[in-house]
This record gives sequence, C-alpha cells and structure tokens, in this order.
Amino acid sequence: MKSRELDARPPVWAETTAAARERGRVAGFLRQSLALAEMELRKLLHDPTELLTRTIQPVLWLGVFGEVFTRVRAIPTGPLPYLDFMAPGVLAQSVLFISIFYGIAVIWERDLGLVHKLLVTPAPRVALVLGKALSAGVRALPQAAMVYLLARALGVKINWQVGALAGVGVVVLLGAAAFSTLSLIAACIVKTRERFMGIGQALTMPLFFASNAVYPISIMPGWLKALAHINPLTYEVDAMRALMVAGGRSLYGLGLDFIVLVATTVVLTGLASRLYPNLAR
Amino acid sequence: MNIIETSSLTRRFGDLTAVDGLNLTVEAGEVFGLLGPNGAGKTTLIKMLTTLLPPTSGQAKVAGFDVQRRAARVREEIGYVPQLVSVDGTLTGYENLLIFAKLYGVPRSDRQARIAAALEFVGLEEAAHRLVRGYSGGMMRRLEIALAMLHRPRVLFLDEPTLGLDPLARQAVWQHVRLLAQEYGMTIFLTTHFMEEADTLCGRVAIMNLGRVAALGEPQELKASIGRPDATLDEVFAHYTGHELDNGGSYREISRTRRTAARLG
Repeated sequence: MKSRELDARPPVWAETTAAARERGRVAGFLRQSLALAEMELRKLLHDPTELLTRTIQPVLWLGVFGEVFTRVRAIPTGPLPYLDFMAPGVLAQSVLFISIFYGIAVIWERDLGLVHKLLVTPAPRVALVLGKALSAGVRALPQAAMVYLLARALGVKINWQVGALAGVGVVVLLGAAAFSTLSLIAACIVKTRERFMGIGQALTMPLFFASNAVYPISIMPGWLKALAHINPLTYEVDAMRALMVAGGRSLYGLGLDFIVLVATTVVLTGLASRLYPNLAR
Repeated sequence: MNIIETSSLTRRFGDLTAVDGLNLTVEAGEVFGLLGPNGAGKTTLIKMLTTLLPPTSGQAKVAGFDVQRRAARVREEIGYVPQLVSVDGTLTGYENLLIFAKLYGVPRSDRQARIAAALEFVGLEEAAHRLVRGYSGGMMRRLEIALAMLHRPRVLFLDEPTLGLDPLARQAVWQHVRLLAQEYGMTIFLTTHFMEEADTLCGRVAIMNLGRVAALGEPQELKASIGRPDATLDEVFAHYTGHELDNGGSYREISRTRRTAARLG
C-alpha cells in the first residue's frame, strides 16, 4: 500500500470543498445532470447490443403492420402514404418504450445500493432526476437513428434538412425525459421489479393506442378523442410528423407541441424529485 | 470536537421503534464501531446520519450541521459505503470514480490527480480500466472506499464494510480504513457484526440493542465492565444483548446478505 501522495492536509481539503461550493449552483447543477447522462453513455458504449434488440419492435411495426396497412388503404392519412404517416409514430413509440421501462433500471440501482450512494452526494435531487431523464434520452437518440435508417430502407421520404433533424432530436430528448420521469415516479411508488413490470405494460399500451401514432385522431370515437388530446404522446408524434417526413405537417402547431412536452417534463420532474429520496428509505 | 452528535434521536416504522431516543457523540478523528444483532437499528441510525432517512423525532448533527435542516451541507462533509455493493458493474473502476468526482463537484483541474491518488491508495491502478463486473469482492469494496474518499469527506460511514469478504480481503479493508483515519484524520463510523473487526479497528464501540445503546466504551473497558478482563468481545456482546451472536435474522436480511455475498464471490 503506497500512500506517499496522501499526506494529511485537512486545511487544504476544507478550502477545496468551500471553493467548490462557491462556484455557481447552476453550473454545478448542470454538471451533475450531465455526469449521470455521461454514465449512461459509457454504459451503452460498453454494451451496445441493446441498440439491436430494441430495433426488432420498429421493424415489426413498420415492416409488417405498416406494409400491410399501406396496401389496405383503410386509414385516411391525407397526402402522406400510410408508411410515411406512421414512421414518426413508430419513432415516438420506440422512445416511449425505452423511457417507460427506464424505471426498471432505477429499481435495479436501488437493489444494488447505487441510489443510496447518489442520494448522499450533494447533488440536488432535481439534478439527479434530470440526469436520469437525460440518460433515457442518451439511449433514445441512437434508437431514433435506427428508426430513421429503417424508415429510409422501406422507402419513407425523410426530411433531411439539418434544422428538421435537430428538431426531431430535441423532441426525442423531451419525449424521453417526460416518459422516463413518469416511469421513475412509478418506480418510486411500487419499488419492486415484479410490480413494476405490470405497471410498465399498463402505461405503455394505453398511451400508445390513445394517441395519433398509427392512426389519425379524426377517426376515433369521441371518448378516445378526448383522451388522445390530453395525451402528451400525441403532441410528441405531432411534432415528429411535422419534422421527420417530407410533406409532413403539424396539426396543433410546433409551438403548442413543445409547450406541452416541456410543461409535462417540468411537472413530472417536480413530482419525481419529491419521491426519489423514498427509494433509499 | 464532537463531529457526530445525536440527541433523543428516534425513528419509528409504524409500531416498530427502530432507533429509540438515542444520545450519542463521536469525536473528530475517532474510529467508532457500532455493534448489534440484526434488527438492532444500526442501519436505520446510519441512514439518518447520512440524511437518507428523516428522524421521527430528536436531532442529529454531523460535522456541525443538522441532518434535516442542513442536509445538503452534511452531504458535502460525509462519505458513505452502503451495506450493499454499490459500484456499477457495467462501468470500469476509473469510470465509476470519474462520474462520482463530477457528482461531488471535484474541480476539473484536480479530478485526474484525485482519481489517480484514490486508485493508488486502494491499490487498484492496474485494474482501473477493467469492467467492475470482473472484480473480486475485495476489489469492489476497495473501489467503494476509493469512491467515498474522492471528495475528501470529514466523516466516513461504512455499513458492514466486510460482510461477505474472505479473511484476506477483510484485512485489506481494515488496513485502508486505518490509514484513512491516521493519514487523513477522517472520522470513521462503521457498523459491524464481526467482533474481531470492532476489537482490532475501533477506538470506541457502542453495542446497540432494540434501538438503544446498551453499552459504550473502549473494547478493553467493555471487557472489564462485565467483570472478566479476559472476556472476548463476543462475550461482552452476549452479556449486553442477551443474544448469541447473529443466530438468524429475517428472511429479507438473510437473502440480502447472501445476495451481497454472492455478488462479492
């Protein structure tokens, strides 16, 4: 055991922690959230197999469901071919699935004691929750790229403008943040993996089917229309439809889409910051 | 100077009083051991002192700050090694340290030097860039100690630090804990089942039973206090708690202990 460099100098330590405290709360806050996102990125780089396994579902939706329904021509999608109409919906779905099951990872971290260790760091709880939300985004972005490639291969006319691509990136991050935080809240409440699996299923399917992801809201019965209009996923898909495919347009306006997604994220983050410490109790 | 101070500290879970009106002081620089059978309230006490669990009533101060009102400030001054193995197996040792250096706000200019020093301190320089999944149990614990010292805390809490470790790895952990106290002047607060650990490592020991401190003092004093200076700490423990050491525990505790041990393999 070598410890030459470790001469005791308690006064210096005290100084460094004090200095650390001085250097702006906001900068520290951001750095802590980004540190958690970096942790996720490093994990993904060590083991990227998930990128492929998670591509199976969009392959089925676009390659099978989409190809069949394009031929049926049963769903009124305006000027867009059905496959082009549903591609943004499948993108949103991929992001939703990654995010909704993010709670499992958090429960895993709790069982390991990692949550305890995060909660004894001086990082504000909000920074930890936002870091987790960003982490879901880190997993969702490469997945979005896979869906783009897949859609392109099936002949969907992609909008390749840089602004549009960046816009979709932002929507993916916001969607991942909103739904992973919802998932985090569920995880804080149920606390065990077994119970969470049920919750995950119970959340994903209604969110997906009560939205404009694979059919327009205009053909829904009234009660479902009402649900679809208060479903944040609808606004996520709406923004993606406007930005991802050539000739796509937004029904509600990008402004409203962004406001809904940001507001949802803010409210859920506030709630999750209060609940997150319960995981260590 | 008292670095840990509790007064009438109490925590209830429903009808169960896990920690019952505890008054305890620990001086700066001490290596303090908390002994007790399963369910005595040790982990509950550590969770309150590390700000993870709010007390039901009473107060606690760590490094001069109230654990409830100044929780964020307390967190800057403490390091914590939980009972469960809490390093991320899918990252390398270096990456674990890097992420926590950032979470603790270690200045960028200092980061690499601190990480290198921590790795050297626990003797993990060569394994630094391997995935933690492949580490032995002793290596994981040493990495956790490195993690907990990165931000140079004044108090280090260790909850059952050598549970599930083989004797050799246990010795190594003791050696590191001792050095942290001697060279860094860190106060060490640890819980343990192992009498030998308390006897060789701790300056003072508290024996906790049913949420209260049943006995408190230097290991030698405690042995003398039961009227037999040649007594072992096990006998002292049995005397004060009425328990043979660790004859069971709940299903949950046992499965958790086994899981931890299995992970440490």
